[in-house]
Amino acid sequence: MAATQEEIVAGLAEIVNEIAGIPVEDVQLDKSFTDDLDVDSLSMVEVVVAAEERFDVKIPDEDVKNLKTVGDATDYILKHQA
Amino acid sequence: MSKIKPSKGAPYARILGVGGYRPTRVVPNEVILEKIDSSDEWIRSRSGIETRHWASPEETVAAMSIEASGKAIADAGIDASQIGAVVVSTVSHFSQTPAVATEIADKLGTNKAAAFDISAGCAGFGYGLTLAKGLIVEGSAEYVLVIGVERLSDLTDLEDRATAFLFGDGAGAVVVGPSQEPAIGPTVWGSEGDKSETIKQTVPWDRFRIGDVSELPLDSEGNVKFPAITQEGQAVFRWAVFEMAKVAQQALDAAGITPDDLDVFIPHQANVRIIDSMVKTLKLPEHVTVARDIRTTGNTSAASIPLAMERLLATGEAKSGDTALVIGFGAGLVYAATVVTLP
Ligand SMILES: CC(C)(COP(=O)(O)OP(=O)(O)OC[C@H]1O[C@@H](n2cnc3c(N)ncnc32)[C@H](O)[C@@H]1OP(=O)(O)O)[C@@H](O)C(=O)NCCC(=O)NCCS
Repeated sequence: MAATQEEIVAGLAEIVNEIAGIPVEDVQLDKSFTDDLDVDSLSMVEVVVAAEERFDVKIPDEDVKNLKTVGDATDYILKHQA
Repeated sequence: MSKIKPSKGAPYARILGVGGYRPTRVVPNEVILEKIDSSDEWIRSRSGIETRHWASPEETVAAMSIEASGKAIADAGIDASQIGAVVVSTVSHFSQTPAVATEIADKLGTNKAAAFDISAGCAGFGYGLTLAKGLIVEGSAEYVLVIGVERLSDLTDLEDRATAFLFGDGAGAVVVGPSQEPAIGPTVWGSEGDKSETIKQTVPWDRFRIGDVSELPLDSEGNVKFPAITQEGQAVFRWAVFEMAKVAQQALDAAGITPDDLDVFIPHQANVRIIDSMVKTLKLPEHVTVARDIRTTGNTSAASIPLAMERLLATGEAKSGDTALVIGFGAGLVYAATVVTLP
């Protein structure tokens, strides 16, 4: 079953916590991965790989650049999840 | 039909000795920053690299190999004349004919050992080790010298932000010989040629013969650039952290080893971030020593695993008899992973 927006944000929060050690509650829709959450370009690749597995989506390298905020990633997953 | 006598090999093979050679010149990040817009902090945080070694004109592929091999042979406690085959993995020896392995075999004083080069990028050490094991168990050689050697500084575009800071030079060698016990596990290896574009040489050599250099890349001074290694960094990073952790796990499974049984992890030294991610994914326990030689050596492709192995043994962080997981991966894309007993 497709995940809801809340479930995706919660899932991303867990992933970002695991990879960058950022508290789960800091991961909000308007937060930028690099500027607010200490997720650099390589950690972002790890976040994407973990999100692909968790939400059953494919996020190609060329799309990763456009996912600046948690909201961008959430929308992308909502739209593309299987 | 006449009956052919079969060859007779050893029951198993093991690594008996290891040696390394690092060029004298140490190059800090400050030198890299002369040609690219970057920072010491960025390079350290994205790759872990603080310094690398660059070879001088005298530190040739052959010269570095001979130094490293001499140490490996001494460490193994054998005589060079006992070596039956010399396998050299390199992508940075610029005279393709003859193979550099023959010169190395001769100068080391082997007794006309079989000698050849292989091209398997950053998986070269694992490919060479697998060949060596096969030769020994099958009976074509009693002792095999496996060398990984690179002068990647010759193939680095110092104006390319994505690779200028990454590569280094050096040689690592191991002597593989007969064993009564299994000491090199099954190799999990392969290639993914559909991703051949992700790490490659900018321009093939034969482009220079045509004489038409009009479409060749130019440096900031307008000179035609020598071929260099380029890569799609993010694609390679994704492949390495995601797919290679699986291959490493398969090599453990094939050897019947759990992460708890492991003493040492020696992945190819491509990027400390790849290493850290693999350690996490494989859930390696605290007691496992992890090679992070990349910090002071950079990425030396085929040389990185034996160089890191030698350093861990020299500093006492690892000891003879330890069980180590080794995995190499790179241009091809190719990969090879196995579990070994350290010499
Ligand atoms: C090379 C590598 C460290 C580059 O990191 P990356 O995060 O992929 O770099 P990107 O090109 O995506 O750039 C990310 C950001 O850093 C910047 N950047 C790139 N190179 C830079 C450099 N040398 N210095 C400073 N900043 C740099 C980019 O401009 C970009 O900034 P922006 O987001 O503000 O636009 C990384 O991709 C890597 O190590 N990949 C694996 C390569 C490997 O191991 N190869 C060998 C296998 S054998």
